[in-house]
Amino acid sequence: MAQQIPLVDYLVLGDDPHLVAHECTACGARFFDRRNACANCEATAFAPAAIATTGEVRAFTIVAFAAPGVPVPYVAALVDCGGTSVRANLINVTPDPEHVTLGMKVRLATELIGTDDEGTEAIGFGFEPLGG
Amino acid sequence: MTSASDELWILGIHMTKFGKHHDMDLVDLAAEAVSGALADGGVTMKDMGVIGAGNLMAANAGIGQQLQKQLGQTGIPVYNVANACATGATALRVACMAVKSGECDMGLAFGVEKLSGAGLLSGGSRKSDSTTWTPSGRYGSVAPVDGRIGTEIMPGVFAQIGMEYGHKYGGTSFELFAKISEKNHSHSTLNPLAAYSKAMSLEQIMGDVMIAYPNTRPMCSANCDGAAAAVVVSGAKLKTLSLEQQRRAVKISASILTTDPWEESCQILPDVNTLTRNAATQAYEQAGVGPSDLDLVELHDCFATAELVHYDNLMLCDVGGAVDFFNSGATWRTGSTPVNVSGGLESKGHPIAATGIANVWEVATHLRGEAGDRQISGAKVGLTHVIGLGSACGVHILEKAA
Repeated sequence: MAQQIPLVDYLVLGDDPHLVAHECTACGARFFDRRNACANCEATAFAPAAIATTGEVRAFTIVAFAAPGVPVPYVAALVDCGGTSVRANLINVTPDPEHVTLGMKVRLATELIGTDDEGTEAIGFGFEPLGG
Repeated sequence: MTSASDELWILGIHMTKFGKHHDMDLVDLAAEAVSGALADGGVTMKDMGVIGAGNLMAANAGIGQQLQKQLGQTGIPVYNVANACATGATALRVACMAVKSGECDMGLAFGVEKLSGAGLLSGGSRKSDSTTWTPSGRYGSVAPVDGRIGTEIMPGVFAQIGMEYGHKYGGTSFELFAKISEKNHSHSTLNPLAAYSKAMSLEQIMGDVMIAYPNTRPMCSANCDGAAAAVVVSGAKLKTLSLEQQRRAVKISASILTTDPWEESCQILPDVNTLTRNAATQAYEQAGVGPSDLDLVELHDCFATAELVHYDNLMLCDVGGAVDFFNSGATWRTGSTPVNVSGGLESKGHPIAATGIANVWEVATHLRGEAGDRQISGAKVGLTHVIGLGSACGVHILEKAA
């Protein structure tokens, strides 16, 4: 199997792909990038926290006009994963308002972004309809 | 109790026509707005004690000093500010703070931008993918993420903000958001300074080019050139000026700037709601007025989807009631709380740094009874609002001279 690398460092690959956040040990606020202090409570200790891999679409847009080089249309969404908000594309769904709806249940899925000159595959993530 | 010396007033104010100004550069536009504001107030650069200067897209160029060289170098302090789409309101806040502090009794604020033909102003962090994956940046990404992990483009970000409101409270639809745009384009037909002043039917708006569902092109703010400027004077100084100057002066009853406090999802989708509600709450308290006292509101309709949520954030309606509020006709110019009678950012245009002063000009012009065909009759109190993503929110409440 080809060597793989995640698109971003908060995507954990393997048998059970999931997202991981820096969780403030004092108040539980979660951040996908590193913080010097918690933006909510100013505490400075963080621990890794796995994010639920299923969720609900709380907002979406279907982007039809994007910067050069970005394929359209695509569906961008805010997914509520058990109380943690996640930014992602909705994938494996027809990108129109008949097939993408507010409140739809989705699950994390991975997809190949591309393969570099050394044969390493970059793996991204999105959310696909649950039971679809 | 506020004494006259604590009060802030707009003495003079001006906005240029918004649109394409091929023959004018940033300095020319700024000079036109500032000259207009000074003349409107019956004062000169020699009377000014401070300048708050706003420009976003060339924020490192020192537009304030460039303006001085064009109109008058008097050696006063200049604060060049950049605060995303709240840049103009921030420049005005600088003048207000300087006058309020007593450091000077008159201050100038201006905002200027050239944006004609600018296209999308964000997104496109995606360049070509590298030949070997190397993690970089704060998320250790091996390839650009715009379009791969959600969207960076503003029409898409604000589309989600409107959709989130719909998910929370229900009642939204593509058609509803398009109707908000229909209202603003209709309002713009009475505004000779608007970049676009043609009415658009609901069918035209919904049938236009889709940018980011549910925002079609006419539901997005219009990139254009423009400038606006205001002269702020203390209450004490105003009393020494002519009766005509006092009669036309417009009281700044509240001047507020907020940023976004932490909210669970704010790292995912910018929260434009909490900081707007906080700014509005502070502004109503400072001014001693409530939403029902407002005769007109100019709010930040950078996209049709944004206007809806700000009805609620500015407390023009009950919590969760923005859809019903709009459907009641309240925000049309004939309604109980006219919103964006200028045409708003969708048709008047959005030369970023000018917007937060141009909306004050619009309200002030109605309060003076000088708005011509689009005058809201008997207007006594108005509110202006801008949001800069990142985020910053400016709210000003203005009142007609007693």
